[in-house]
Amino acid sequence: MVSVTDLQTMYEQMVTARHYEERLVDEYLVGKQPAFDISAGPIPGELHLAAGHEASGAGVCMHLRDDDTVTAPHRPHHIAIAKGVDLKRMTAEIFGRKTGLCRGKGGHMHLFDPDVNFACSGIIAQGCPPAVGAAMAAKKRNTDSVAVAFLGEGAIDQGGFLESLNLAAVHDLPVVFVVEDNDWAISMPKDRVTDVQNGAQRAAGFDLPGVRIDSDDATAVYEAAGEAVMRARDGNGPTLIEVQVHRRMGHFMGDAEAYRSEADIDRAKQRDSIERLAEDLRSHGVTDDELDEIRERAHERVEEAISWAKEQPEPGPEEAYENVFTNPPTQAATDGGSAADASGDADETGGDN
Amino acid sequence: MATESRDYTEATETDRELTMSRAMVEAIAWEMRENEEVFYMGEDVADYGGIFSSTTGLLDEFGRDRVMDVPISETAYLGAAVGAAQAGMRPIAELMFVDFFGVAMDQIYNNMAKNTYMSGGSFSVPMVLTTAVGGTYNDAGQHSQTLYGTFAHLPGMKVVVPSTAYDAKGLMHSAIRDDDPVVYMFHKRLMGLGWMPSPSGPKTGVPKEDYTIPFGEADVKRPGDDVTVVTLGLHVHRAMEAAEQLDDDGIDAEVIDLRTLVPLDTETVLDSVRKTGKLLVVDEDYQSFGVTGEIVARAAEGALDDLSAVKRLAIPDVPIPYARSLEDEVNPGTDDIAAAVRELHE
Repeated sequence: MVSVTDLQTMYEQMVTARHYEERLVDEYLVGKQPAFDISAGPIPGELHLAAGHEASGAGVCMHLRDDDTVTAPHRPHHIAIAKGVDLKRMTAEIFGRKTGLCRGKGGHMHLFDPDVNFACSGIIAQGCPPAVGAAMAAKKRNTDSVAVAFLGEGAIDQGGFLESLNLAAVHDLPVVFVVEDNDWAISMPKDRVTDVQNGAQRAAGFDLPGVRIDSDDATAVYEAAGEAVMRARDGNGPTLIEVQVHRRMGHFMGDAEAYRSEADIDRAKQRDSIERLAEDLRSHGVTDDELDEIRERAHERVEEAISWAKEQPEPGPEEAYENVFTNPPTQAATDGGSAADASGDADETGGDN
Repeated sequence: MATESRDYTEATETDRELTMSRAMVEAIAWEMRENEEVFYMGEDVADYGGIFSSTTGLLDEFGRDRVMDVPISETAYLGAAVGAAQAGMRPIAELMFVDFFGVAMDQIYNNMAKNTYMSGGSFSVPMVLTTAVGGTYNDAGQHSQTLYGTFAHLPGMKVVVPSTAYDAKGLMHSAIRDDDPVVYMFHKRLMGLGWMPSPSGPKTGVPKEDYTIPFGEADVKRPGDDVTVVTLGLHVHRAMEAAEQLDDDGIDAEVIDLRTLVPLDTETVLDSVRKTGKLLVVDEDYQSFGVTGEIVARAAEGALDDLSAVKRLAIPDVPIPYARSLEDEVNPGTDDIAAAVRELHE
């Protein structure tokens, strides 16, 4: 049974994630109006927002410790926040700054935080095999760490996911696969690309438990995930969970969603898991003042992260040549060594300097 | 139907100017009308019209049977395109970003590219693999590569890289009619998308009728006597811009757009190098073991005595970084090209 304190924690994480993305939208649109140019402004490139997914990240990550591994897909912010990724450095990364989580090399689709064993990536189902690998390492080392792979419902048709289910099952590895079903793979509705409406059914073919949660109710996610994580930690193998979430935004910023009906967008916005959780909290005796206080705290934290990020320096051009290897060869293959030279003497290799 | 190659600068006044994406779609639609065996499949190619507008309007004209949204299962649908092609159809299958090739490389490298040879010619694989390439918009390491060399390296695939609307249409007609697998790599920055502004070069006059551009014919975009610049894709436009700058300083650069990597028009490169004696090769792929090295090698094999200086500009063997300052550093810019030509000219 979920405690009121846990409910409050989830609420705070969900409010933080939602507000964080609302603020990212403001910052992302700087320099991109009136004409939208994806490469302009302080945050360039694609931006995939997870508004409407928050219950899944919060409900699952409540059961995780820093030593548990999470892999997330291209829509990662709510999961990263719930997993405890450093919000300031994550924000600096999204702004492409030197002090960002990945020194400006990854951006919002490729956030890596070894302190809490979090990583996300940009290609569909890509995080599933590495999550299985983290679980393999835990099992070989006899720790009770677990791994969780988050993916979208569009990813359940991908070989990397299906092969991972099988590998995890046959070795009884401590993995939980969490499918966030927001009904849309960019412009493709689920029934156009799979005949299986309940993605958790995929589990049956691999002989592992599959659980479908039909609403983005944080409490329901919390309970299902609690059981799955405990099962994994106890050495009883993987579980597949599918959570119905909602895509309140386009696939990425700039997606006009011409393929989607107004009614569908409205429906997604009406089902607000954050408001639902607030109702639950009120029914447990939490006052509106207390909820306001949580929201204010979340907003302050977000503002602090964004302000900090914007003050951070940009990486210098010479840093482009660093981190290709952990142990850089003294001479790269054909360029006389300049690409491997951390001092960035790049004039032989296409650089500006 | 026209089968002659024609430089886009010769397009008649009655030709409309089209973006590269419109020109590409026009050729696909023409071929689909002419041949019922041509169909298109990919992720978000139906209602969305392709993330980079590679299929805009095709669903309305041809319906879902011939313009198919497919599951995010690249191994399955690219492999299915191979199978349909071997059955005699002419599928066009889109890989949304070339970076996603890894998901399905077995089908691409081991079936699509090799089945003709391994079957001793008893099977053909007349399919087109369309894919978006390139960076310049800060999308980082998994969405910004060109991978020209990766595809051109393995035998059995023809590889085309249009840089203008005129070429995009003619090369697409040729690709669909070709009996071999053709990898058609279109640069996002050249497509004429409202949300990713193109340079002015790729939008050109395009004849309404169909025409083909034969594979293996490079296009001398700008004749010049001092330095040869060999390039393709986005960097054709950067090289042309650099050539204009250099012209002001009295340096006469010849700019060659390869247009197709397989087959490669070695003769046009050699003719130019014999004239200028100086070669700069520019591309947006990784430097080592790639296109730039191949061009230099062919120039050395064919015109060593005429060569006095060689240089190349490419991504300096690092993954594509996210931050603007970092990506700008590694992707050769107009100024980098101009500086390299000056250095060769000295």
